[in-house]
Amino acid sequence: MLPVVDAPLHRIDAALKIDAALTERWLTAFLRDELIERRRITKAVLGLSGGIDSALVAFLCARALGPENVHAIRMPYRTSSQDSLDDAQRIVDALGIKCDTIEITDAVDGYLRAAHEPDPRRRGNVMARMRMLVLFDQSARLGALPIGTGNKTERMMGYFTWHADDTPPVNPIGDLFKTQVWALSRHMGVPLEVIDKPPSADLEANQTDEGDMGVTYLTADRILSQILAGYRDEQIAAVGFDLREIELVRRRVESTHWKRHLPTTALVSGTAINEFYLRPVDY
Amino acid sequence: MTFDVAIVQFKPRKGDVAANFTTLRGVFAQLLAGPAALPDLVVLPEAAMTGYFLEGAVYELSFTADAFAAKLDAEWRAAGGTSTIDIVCGFYENNDGTYHNSALYATIGGAAPRIAHVHRKMFLPTYGVFDEERFLSRGRALDVFPTPFGVAAMLICEDAWHAIMPMIAALKGARMIIIPSASPGRGLAGDGMLESVERWRATETLMASEHGVYVLYAGLTGFEGGKGMSGSSAIVSPRGVLLQSLDELSVAILRARLDNAEVDLARATLPLLGDLSAVLPDLWYDMALPRPRNSVADVTGR
Repeated sequence: MLPVVDAPLHRIDAALKIDAALTERWLTAFLRDELIERRRITKAVLGLSGGIDSALVAFLCARALGPENVHAIRMPYRTSSQDSLDDAQRIVDALGIKCDTIEITDAVDGYLRAAHEPDPRRRGNVMARMRMLVLFDQSARLGALPIGTGNKTERMMGYFTWHADDTPPVNPIGDLFKTQVWALSRHMGVPLEVIDKPPSADLEANQTDEGDMGVTYLTADRILSQILAGYRDEQIAAVGFDLREIELVRRRVESTHWKRHLPTTALVSGTAINEFYLRPVDY
Repeated sequence: MTFDVAIVQFKPRKGDVAANFTTLRGVFAQLLAGPAALPDLVVLPEAAMTGYFLEGAVYELSFTADAFAAKLDAEWRAAGGTSTIDIVCGFYENNDGTYHNSALYATIGGAAPRIAHVHRKMFLPTYGVFDEERFLSRGRALDVFPTPFGVAAMLICEDAWHAIMPMIAALKGARMIIIPSASPGRGLAGDGMLESVERWRATETLMASEHGVYVLYAGLTGFEGGKGMSGSSAIVSPRGVLLQSLDELSVAILRARLDNAEVDLARATLPLLGDLSAVLPDLWYDMALPRPRNSVADVTGR
């Protein structure tokens, strides 16, 4: 009787695996090239929320540029949780980076008073955009480049505020799924309190990302990686995923393509920018 | 017969041709300063003097082959070069208004630069992150050419990913395959090595051992708009042994002394190329496809 060895149809999680040391080396080299060599800017500034994404970016920036060249900004609103502030401080202390706290409550509430009954979604978007306004202004004050902290999962799911979270010109983790962010964070020594807490945008009390999205990050990442590999829903279901979750993820991806692009411009000439006139971003 | 090669893993400043040639002059000066003897052959990556992703700027930053060779020659002399040296370098070529991703093999430092061969990239990647054929035309011929170190062929980046290319080069007599490349690194799941680099290593060692050829791989390095060129320059023996390599990100010179007799020994030990030559006429009945006529290559004879 010969032994029989079965091969899987395909390896579901192969696309999510990372060599964390290699990833750290690659992303820190990216940051040094983009800031120091291309732009001749030695300093980085980032919004530090207390969540894992900005924590990891702070670690990467500190490793790439030196902690003395990394400036974090905490930007709490009056409903932001104390835990978020404390966790952000934990990152600052662990790395020895600089940090300012600039409360956005007055600026946000000043606008919201004139905003004609904003619902929670609009309020969240105003906070996100206010934080980006602050970040870019502080960038000018500090002579530091704003660094983005959005991950691939939220970018694919459209779970971010357009022209807010996605605005900084350089983002080292935008092609990493959330589960890869977790893996790299563990490797780089991000405090476990930050890694293990439920991810939240902290725009409302008791809000969690997974509650908002309707699917866990682990499941979303596994489904997203299958979608990006070109598999159809029934093929993804065949390897053990719930069809409703697949449809939810695909719907989110397919309804948010516009969020991953620049604004749509009417083309009227043969020299339209980024249509006919094509030059790379680093040219 | 032995000869010395130096592969320069180059990191250009995007679009700054003057600065990149100045950097190259510094590399030449380093080679001239010793203490090691001057190499016989210097190999640079694809698009080394401009950066790879140029989009429409390719038309602004292209050279004729003669002008590019003259520029290499001028930098060699400016660095203090007084003897001749052979060089391979990738560049965007303007050939009478038709643009190619090309590499030339030239001898510089003599009375006038002498171009032994210009290879125009045949497989222009135009998928995913790549957009070459939107801006460039395909080369239409894979030729080998004589060098003082034996017959050689150049393959540019994706050219080398198609097994038929080194096969044809070897059948036409190549003993050395030179690959100027600009390969954006991708795939982080590897064990200490990018998956795209793992693929390159497999490709290089397989083509070397299958055909008994030296493989000289020169990789561009540095990030271009988030895309990290994966360096990993390498020298593989005709037995398929990785003799030495660089990592993805270092800007460095990889040197080696190669022995032409190794090609003969490797082919004697594993005579796959001879076997292929014998069987090829039979395979040709299955494989032969008419080459498109009226191509630029036919008209110019190149």
